[in-house]
Amino acid sequence: MKRTTIILFLLGLSIFEVQAQTVPNPNTAQWWSSPGIIGTALLIAIVSFVAIIIIGSRLSTLIQHLQKKTESKNKESLKSELINLEAEELDLILEKRKAAKTYSLTGNELSGPNSIDDGRGLVTKITHDPENPLVDEKMRETLRLETPVALRNLLVWYLGAAVFWLVFGTLVGQYVGMKFIWPEMDQSAWLSFGRLRPVHTNTVFWGWASLAMVGLGYFVISRTSNTSIFSYTVAKVAWYLMNSAVLVGNILLMSGVNNGGGEYREYIWPVALLFALGLILTCYNFYKTVADRKISEIYISNWYLMGGLMWTITLVVIGYLPSYQDGLGETVIQGYYMHQGVGMWFMTFTLGLVYYYLPTALNKPIYSYSLGVLAFWTQMLFYTLIGTHHFVFSPLPWWLQTVAIVFSVGMFIPVLAGTTNFLMTMKGSWSAISKSYVLPFFLVGVVFYFVGSTQGSLQAFRLTNFIWHFTDFNVAHSHMTMYGIITFLLWACMYSIVPKVTGNEPPGLGVGIHFWMAFVGLFAYMISLMAGGTLRGLSWIEGEPFIQSVVLMQPYWVWRAIGGSLMFVSHLVFAYNFYEMAKKDKRPPVRPTTPFSSAQA
Amino acid sequence: MFDFHKNHKLLFATAFLGFAMLSTVIAIIPALQMQEVKPLPGMKDLNSEELKGLRVYVSENCMACHTQQVRNIEMDQVWGQRPSLASDYYYSKKRLDLWRQSPSLLGSERTGPDLTEVGKRQPGQEWHLLHLYNPRIVVKESIMPAYPWLFEEKSPAMVTQKDVLVPVSDDLLKNPGYKLVAKPEAMALIAYLQSLVQIDVGQNLGPDFIPSTRKKKDQADGQESLDLVGVQLYAETCAACHQTSGEGIAGAFPPLAGSKIVNDPDANILVQIILSGYDARPEFGAMPGFANLLTDEEIAAIANHERNSWGNQAPAVTPGQVAEIRKFIQKQ
Repeated sequence: MKRTTIILFLLGLSIFEVQAQTVPNPNTAQWWSSPGIIGTALLIAIVSFVAIIIIGSRLSTLIQHLQKKTESKNKESLKSELINLEAEELDLILEKRKAAKTYSLTGNELSGPNSIDDGRGLVTKITHDPENPLVDEKMRETLRLETPVALRNLLVWYLGAAVFWLVFGTLVGQYVGMKFIWPEMDQSAWLSFGRLRPVHTNTVFWGWASLAMVGLGYFVISRTSNTSIFSYTVAKVAWYLMNSAVLVGNILLMSGVNNGGGEYREYIWPVALLFALGLILTCYNFYKTVADRKISEIYISNWYLMGGLMWTITLVVIGYLPSYQDGLGETVIQGYYMHQGVGMWFMTFTLGLVYYYLPTALNKPIYSYSLGVLAFWTQMLFYTLIGTHHFVFSPLPWWLQTVAIVFSVGMFIPVLAGTTNFLMTMKGSWSAISKSYVLPFFLVGVVFYFVGSTQGSLQAFRLTNFIWHFTDFNVAHSHMTMYGIITFLLWACMYSIVPKVTGNEPPGLGVGIHFWMAFVGLFAYMISLMAGGTLRGLSWIEGEPFIQSVVLMQPYWVWRAIGGSLMFVSHLVFAYNFYEMAKKDKRPPVRPTTPFSSAQA
Repeated sequence: MFDFHKNHKLLFATAFLGFAMLSTVIAIIPALQMQEVKPLPGMKDLNSEELKGLRVYVSENCMACHTQQVRNIEMDQVWGQRPSLASDYYYSKKRLDLWRQSPSLLGSERTGPDLTEVGKRQPGQEWHLLHLYNPRIVVKESIMPAYPWLFEEKSPAMVTQKDVLVPVSDDLLKNPGYKLVAKPEAMALIAYLQSLVQIDVGQNLGPDFIPSTRKKKDQADGQESLDLVGVQLYAETCAACHQTSGEGIAGAFPPLAGSKIVNDPDANILVQIILSGYDARPEFGAMPGFANLLTDEEIAAIANHERNSWGNQAPAVTPGQVAEIRKFIQKQ
């Protein structure tokens, strides 16, 4: 069922793309609402629907036919076997059958004189009422990793701060989203749209995602290097540095101190310096831990984690050095900075996390180490070059724009390599998905990794820039990626590791509500802004007065706010789930199943 | 030799150097090349008031919703005479101070209109004052935030000669009977916005727009299409002040519905006002002239839309008549 929905979704998206390609040079007004086009689309939809049904039924007859064939073959072989049997053998079989036919139960097979005792601790939960009307009954986490208290606390501190910033950042996001519908919600300078928008983006970037990533990274780096963290003190100092950067930066933004409005570098440099120092300390700590590893290989996760850290530090330095940033120099750097912020930090680091947490959640190795290596180097090569695709048709050099567009297409390589690797790792374990509260998050994240990244590449084309650039379609795309990919994958990692470390599991219903509200909310958010953004771009192409395109967006902004509300409420549920997982373990200590010294990946 | 998976020094050094090299090629070198750009002839540096306004613009993060770039595609032609050039940003995109970098004026979202030429499109101070205090006074459908903190309410006794009064109706104020006065920040921001115009580089020197293959609307397609153009031109050029309803805004912009000048069978004065502006009535804001912005055909279309809407009744104006009046004004 899930697979069909995904396929249908992909199909829907591809129709969307095709439709978009033909738009830029329409030769009649409102061609897209003309009955001919709508009729054609409808007819194609009907034909495809019928085709799917026909293909499906044909396939099922074919399979039935094949099954019948094997069945009759089996019958034939049985027949010949019977004919060739010796008389004694035949008697033996018949005797056996006679005995079986007359056998009856004594009635006390399941009882006995022994008292009930679960000496090996195999039973984790006894329930007399397993029916849950809303979500599937999920398997309990039985694996308990014995973790040093310091590492456990470090994990809870980083993830706890991240959860706080997620709730705060999306509260702000929800608030500014509602301002599109009610621009007069408040009259306060500190809460005005222009000031709050960067508070939302920077908080979810540097507060939520970054802290969650670093926290989860500490566990991976220690576990896969088979050693303990180089310095817990350094990790703690970095925690304070990064959190204070987000806190101080937000207060400054709300009071009107903005570095210059370049997206994701709205914090002024002293604030960014705090964050950069946090990153440098983290990078040093990670490097020392890997260098001190007790196994000879560097696990693929650590490539991504270290790459992400080193690249991001370079990026922040380049983004904030002033000497080449007058005039359009700033714009070149802005394109580079905002795209690499997403690509080299969030995407690279999160992929590293997935290379550890996905296989451990499935309890099997990653499908291909080499694909991971290929994706790593191509990620570095292609992603770095594509920042200027945010400024297509701008006064920036034409060659820079072309390079960006060409290598945006090159991004297919790392994306396909990564997606294949993750899906092939999941292959054969599909049934585990409905039984696990972790895997659905991984599946959504991986599917969005493919869909969001591919869609981003297509959006970089000059043709698609005609319609979508400057519209809310960009906002939809960034939520599809930062939320659909990064946030879902981070949730997956968090749900998979925290119970193993603390011994506390999240409430099943809570996880179900969290998943579905976030998922449905994201869809409402994405689809409404994509549809609205497309219509808005078409309105501009038609040369209609600008204000008309504001009016036409209204219903789509309402749907975005509805989607956003669902997402925000799901975060409150998630915060509660996290509290349940992270609170002090009151149960008697469970016997460790894996000693910490043996790497699991 | 390439045992990346076992030699962490080699692996991380390669990853770091690779990225640093690519970054140099794709970001630092092009950015350095952009430093050699020179200003266009005739371009002026921002004066101190405009620079102060730019700081307000950055501080309120207007870039979140407003772009300042005319792309070289035809759909952007409504925002400027020509596609933007690197030189256009020579003065406006310099480091602001020790703490703040060169502002990211090009923007990536067009939630609101592009502001490359807002100084030409919206030259009137009164309009900006009202619009900043509450955009919905002048544009009903606007979703732009209001900026009341750029204004203060003063009791009439406290108002001095230097204060710039904003002509809002009394019921919008918190203290009835008070006067609304623009703070220096509002005046600076408006000065900055008024300074935003494209420098003319001559017809053949600037880059061209990439044309769309869409067929141009046939201008000679009978009265109906001419009227449609009139509605659209009016919406784009005039409605911000005089409103789509033609009723204007009491205390700021005069109504056109029922106006003697608009309904005058002789369109001379109406066309003259459109061409060269009007500031004869102290109770209303000053109107800029549109002689350089609109062609004779466009002015005729606008005038005819005004003369036949909202209950107005007056004979049509032809482009030829507009051309004559234009010539007459130029001679003066």
